[in-house]
Amino acid sequence: MLRQAVCDLYSNLVTRPTGAAVRHEIERFIGERRESSLTVIDFEHVGLLDFSCADEVVAKLLLGQVTRGATGEAYFLVRGVRDVHLDAIEAVLERYGLALVVDLDGTLNLVGDASDGERRAWAALNGLGRGRPREVAHALGEDLVSTAQWLGTLHERRLCMRLEDEYVAISEPT
Amino acid sequence: MTTVINVPPSLDDATFEQVLDQVAEHPADARLLVDARHTRWASPFGLTALLTLAQTRTERPSFTGPEAEETASYWARAGFYRNAEQVYDLHGHVPRARNGGESSVLLEITPVARSEDVHEVVERIQQKAQAILVRELNLDPQATMRFAMTLSEVCQNIVEHAGRGGWVAVQTYNWKQRLGRRVVQIAVCDAGIGFRKSLEGAHARRMTDRWDDGMALEDALIRGVSRFRDPGRGQGLAGVRKYVHKWTGKLSIRSGTARIAMVPDWDDDVPLIERLADFPGAQVQITIPERVAAR
Repeated sequence: MLRQAVCDLYSNLVTRPTGAAVRHEIERFIGERRESSLTVIDFEHVGLLDFSCADEVVAKLLLGQVTRGATGEAYFLVRGVRDVHLDAIEAVLERYGLALVVDLDGTLNLVGDASDGERRAWAALNGLGRGRPREVAHALGEDLVSTAQWLGTLHERRLCMRLEDEYVAISEPT
Repeated sequence: MTTVINVPPSLDDATFEQVLDQVAEHPADARLLVDARHTRWASPFGLTALLTLAQTRTERPSFTGPEAEETASYWARAGFYRNAEQVYDLHGHVPRARNGGESSVLLEITPVARSEDVHEVVERIQQKAQAILVRELNLDPQATMRFAMTLSEVCQNIVEHAGRGGWVAVQTYNWKQRLGRRVVQIAVCDAGIGFRKSLEGAHARRMTDRWDDGMALEDALIRGVSRFRDPGRGQGLAGVRKYVHKWTGKLSIRSGTARIAMVPDWDDDVPLIERLADFPGAQVQITIPERVAAR
């Protein structure tokens, strides 16, 4: 696991230029890797995150990775957020119809825009840690076709990883 | 010839219209003396709007401050004279701000022109906001951060849209007569291009469409329209609206010849006023009242 601080300059993440600078740094970091990557964005030391900055740091970062289809698949996990951070993060995710895995006090949550089926499939996969669609469908008590579709969408949205015929929940790196 | 513009004894967003009505009669290059000798009280909006007024003039105006020592001293502590000397020729006694600060001034008048200024404003407000918002206005502890977010977003409107610098000020009051409660007020004023010009060209419009300052304000505040095609824009003001509503506060924006307001139950203002005296830029005011326990 590589660890990198991208915003030593400000304890408050406010304004678009600041957000864009942080995002560019994360994108550069990800862009240097050809293989798939999981980036943990830790807000623990961030005091304030305003809507404009969240739009740049969170929404545009996700949007770029989801829509551009970068060489290596990039996944994200956000942690260290407080209620005030969530206000901004949820608002910008919903604006674009995006979702994100967020560690809230040690529990992983799917935050943002997702259908009921996607949320349930995500929760079931998260409970299993990893699994084939059939296993997730069994855990969910749903049919295989629907479950496979939800998992496929979750993967496209970078909300879970895929390793051959298995899906893997995004979780804190050990 | 110099025209004297009389500043009313009590200067706030409503009475500032009296100032603008007088100014509107004179071209931008006319010589003006803004006379606040008889002014006894001014809100953050009044003070920042007075500075903005000077920015709109091509001929540098003159200014005479309040004769009442207490008022003049307060204006000095609020940072008015320090900023006024940049845009006005000051006449009469100019009081110097004494150290010690003013407990009701959460943020003294601060220029905002660049993103770095917004960072500074946010840093400074957080130092005092906790004590006043939570202990005096009974807002929940999370309100301090949300208040700073609100301030950040309204200040960014200057940086992103105005095309020139403006000012911000934050102060608490005891609105005994009007509301029977304490309030905190944010004022952010600039003399930039204003909402109508900023949004012109944002979206293709038919020539027959109504398009004026009132419509531009409605687009920005109610429909979240921004001049940028980026769909992420417009979220700042939407977030501000949400918080102000949560705190049963009041948000008003004046731009050009119109003023739009989100009016809470405790106020009897109208949502949209048009055909006001033209005043460039945008002037934002947010009033958040003390929270009272439900009975």
